[in-house]
Amino acid sequence: MTAPAPLLQVRHLRVEFPTRRGTLLALDDVSFDIAPGEVLGVVGESGAGKSLTGAAIIGLLEPPGRIAGGEILLEGRRIDNLPADQMRRVRGRQIGAIFQDPLTSLNPLYTVGRQLVETITTHLGLSAKQARARAIELLAATGIPAPEARVDQYPHQFSGGMRQRVVIALALAADPKLIVADEPTTALDVSIQAQIIALLKRVCREQGAAVMLVTHDMGVIAETCDRVAVMYAGRVAEIGPVQEVIHRPGHPYTSGLMGSIPAMDEDRERLVQIDGAMPRLTSIPTGCAFHPRCPRAFDRCHEQRPELMKAPATQAACWLHAANAAVVQGGVA
Amino acid sequence: MTVVNGTPRAAGPAVATGDAAQVRPGAALVEVRDLAKTFDVSAPWLNRVIERKSRQFVHAVDGVSFSIEKGKTLALVGESGCGKSTVARLLVGLYAPTHGEVRFDDADIATTLKGPAALALRRRMQMIFQDPYASLNPRWKVQDIVAEPLREHGLVRDAQALKQRVGELLNSVGLAPADAEKFPHQFSGGQRQRISIARALATEPEFLVCDEPTSALDVSVQAQVLNIMKDLQRKQGLTYLFISHNLAVVRHVADQVGVMYLGRLVEQADKRALFATPRHPYTRMLLDAIPDIHMTGRSRTPVQGEVPNPLNPPSGCSFHPRCPHANTRCSTERPQLLPFQGVRVACHAVEEGRI
Repeated sequence: MTAPAPLLQVRHLRVEFPTRRGTLLALDDVSFDIAPGEVLGVVGESGAGKSLTGAAIIGLLEPPGRIAGGEILLEGRRIDNLPADQMRRVRGRQIGAIFQDPLTSLNPLYTVGRQLVETITTHLGLSAKQARARAIELLAATGIPAPEARVDQYPHQFSGGMRQRVVIALALAADPKLIVADEPTTALDVSIQAQIIALLKRVCREQGAAVMLVTHDMGVIAETCDRVAVMYAGRVAEIGPVQEVIHRPGHPYTSGLMGSIPAMDEDRERLVQIDGAMPRLTSIPTGCAFHPRCPRAFDRCHEQRPELMKAPATQAACWLHAANAAVVQGGVA
Repeated sequence: MTVVNGTPRAAGPAVATGDAAQVRPGAALVEVRDLAKTFDVSAPWLNRVIERKSRQFVHAVDGVSFSIEKGKTLALVGESGCGKSTVARLLVGLYAPTHGEVRFDDADIATTLKGPAALALRRRMQMIFQDPYASLNPRWKVQDIVAEPLREHGLVRDAQALKQRVGELLNSVGLAPADAEKFPHQFSGGQRQRISIARALATEPEFLVCDEPTSALDVSVQAQVLNIMKDLQRKQGLTYLFISHNLAVVRHVADQVGVMYLGRLVEQADKRALFATPRHPYTRMLLDAIPDIHMTGRSRTPVQGEVPNPLNPPSGCSFHPRCPHANTRCSTERPQLLPFQGVRVACHAVEEGRI
């Protein structure tokens, strides 16, 4: 974590949604770094705010959602407050995006080649001919057979796995330094999912791009990421090296989450289960948001909100580690 | 931590455990013989005439045979389009088979469902669907949703008894009887899936067909639902057909596992045998493809290619274009599901001892 200067810094990010019944705080004080070339996984259950974090970074928050506090820095430069036209240049050129459903992220009316060429000429200023050559090169790099022929086909002529390869090619088109991949394999079958994960790992390594991989699939995270951030109710519950988070989790939520995943290599009669469900944004509990479901909650958890603090192997937002960590007195939620 | 907070269902009349004693152990409750379902996906008649197209058929399920013992769970796994959901629907009679038969308690269900015993048979088999948002009527209270099968089958007529029975059912899946007054939108995904389980249990069925019951749920909620399903099986001797694409989930719930590929069963084995020594190359590929939290950073060589178009499946063994062990026999001759060292496999290479 003390690697070279971070590529991306997210500092105390708050995202809120004004509604008629008051303002909902969807992301509350989210902070993390991504080093150049690093793969950071972001896991959590639906509604934890993981996709929203990705959307905030690439500047594609759906209105009325808005960044209400904190900052996002890319190579030391603030990007959260850029005007829309400047942000458009950052997006694509410096940050690539991959979304869950490859069918909706491609334009069905244009050939795959035209979409790639458009991205390449916009961001890299190549001539049409050079751009086309680069497009074919990208399709070949993402494992699409016969790229010279496929480049002139439309998205509907590709299968699901092939379309996701095209989307990856598009995200990589302008040589970005960071790729935000939001559930890139969730819509795919397992055999295709393995291919896409392997591809994403390989091309990002080859290009030296860092990846923020948002997914609910812990298995994908384990295989792909260097570090992982576990999110719960709009906050980072735990962050650390992927092996440590899986095997020596410091937050009771992470332990529960790991235990609830059916394992392939052991037999258990029952899965560990976390009773209850994630709170709604309208009624986030006071103190630690996890305390109503936490088997180890004590008085302090009800009243005071824990910040990320040093746990044995990771950083966890849990008062259990207050004793062995220099506690930063956190603001009240 | 336990899941069923309430009491187990209070002394229900003639619960499946009672019946279980009468059936000899190891008897098949459900038996499927050479089951096939073909869908006509041809263009409309006028288009066929003008554009000179021929009729087109999808063989969604193509000659599948298996049996499920009473009180056991058979899981069917496979990727999208392999026909596993079609099998589920054939088993509860939502589709009529093109040929072959489904025998439930030694009677052909297609015949029974046409006869006077149809309602009695339907009472004994129920289904749980994948999407708990789409399978519950949003305008009905939970009370009405769970009570519907009870009314439909005339099991409970008195309003007070109905209310009490719904309360018991909700209790058995870890919900409170007071939840009966709420509407589906007031529940989370996992709670909704428990409501659909409560509804399926209302008629005290012996056989439950679960079509991807946890695929739409988050992992911690999935664990709650899987635990409930296992508890219920233990307490009530339920028999499950469990459809899933998630092998880790299958490994957790199943006794027997059937692997499907393009409408056919390519391997069927005891859970332990299948996960310890997968025989069919497709099963091996599937097992190798699952990302597992305990295998950080492992490098693997994903199998190339994708599932072929079911409209135009490959000749011979339908897996041969993706199979690393395929030879000319595989591309011409369709392998049969044959017994092999205690499991059933449809693969020439395994039969010939090549792999």
